[in-house]
Amino acid sequence: MPTTYEPIATTTLGSDTATVSFSSISGSYTDLVAVVGNISATVGNTMYCRVGNSSVDTGSNYSYTEIFGNGSGASSTRASNTSNGLLCGDTTVGMPTGTSYATLIFNIQNYSNTTTYKTAISRYSSPSTVVQATAALWRSTSAINVIEFRIAPSGSFKSGSTFTLYGIKSA
Amino acid sequence: MILGILASSQPAAAGDYESIATVTVGSGGAASVEFTSIPSTYSHLQVRVLARSDRSAGVDIVSLRMNNDTGGNYADHLLYGDGSSAQTDVNTSASKINIQRLASDNLSASIFSGFVIDILDYANTNKYKTIRYLGGFDANGSGRIGLGSGLWQSTSAITSLKFQGLEYSSNYKEFTTFALYGIKSA
Repeated sequence: MPTTYEPIATTTLGSDTATVSFSSISGSYTDLVAVVGNISATVGNTMYCRVGNSSVDTGSNYSYTEIFGNGSGASSTRASNTSNGLLCGDTTVGMPTGTSYATLIFNIQNYSNTTTYKTAISRYSSPSTVVQATAALWRSTSAINVIEFRIAPSGSFKSGSTFTLYGIKSA
Repeated sequence: MILGILASSQPAAAGDYESIATVTVGSGGAASVEFTSIPSTYSHLQVRVLARSDRSAGVDIVSLRMNNDTGGNYADHLLYGDGSSAQTDVNTSASKINIQRLASDNLSASIFSGFVIDILDYANTNKYKTIRYLGGFDANGSGRIGLGSGLWQSTSAITSLKFQGLEYSSNYKEFTTFALYGIKSA
């Protein structure tokens, strides 16, 4: 049985960067998994992921349902018809900006199929603020071959944040 | 029922995450998906799912049995959010593990649920078996995301996994995919 969990690309930021993109993603895998570590931002806003085919979709074709706990309680919220992207990070307190860091594991199943809308499920952990899980939807049947992590409405990922994209092949 | 076909005829290669079998549901749908003759050579199993039910009256539930045990030997806990509030659920002495709500035919046709299910130390014959999962769907105005754990009170090594339990005698829709992976430890 062949090894099926393969790193596609890794980026470690050497300077503050507004967006981190993976493009020309091969359609030869079944699922994509992005692992993002040492996440810190210049502004405590929210992390999202836009996706697309050839270029990222900036339209209002994203939505999400999230659950999070912040030490005081657990809550759930959603957004519909948003152009921000697939939710990755904290919508309440915002991303860490100091010496605390967050992590993200972001899954997109069957990302290259051209039949279904694309569902992403993710876990985000920011030890100083929140733990969160999200189901997010991109309403397109296009294969995904580009993804872009960003912070909205503004902000940059700080130097040292690491982004690794993996591909998983099924039998 | 659709059976997973093991890719066991291929020689093992170096690596610690290997594809064991994949089931993709065809145009006729399927009442269940089953992986059988799972080798005990891994440390953990992971099942990655993109699925939808043909139930039209509401969302469905995907559930799991091990080794075709239909007794009341399962339990599960769930923490989930529906966009309005966070809630919990529990089942004890159950005949299956309820995994999570599943997108179905009451939603737009192209919406499927995603799940990642980890089955830990599945071949150990000294422990009851524990699973954990992350899964859900969003439907642009409705949705559900959940984190759960499940227990099978048996010390038998797991050799088969059956995803059925669609609560309403419904079927998995075409394009539903279950992919079983084995994870090796050093």
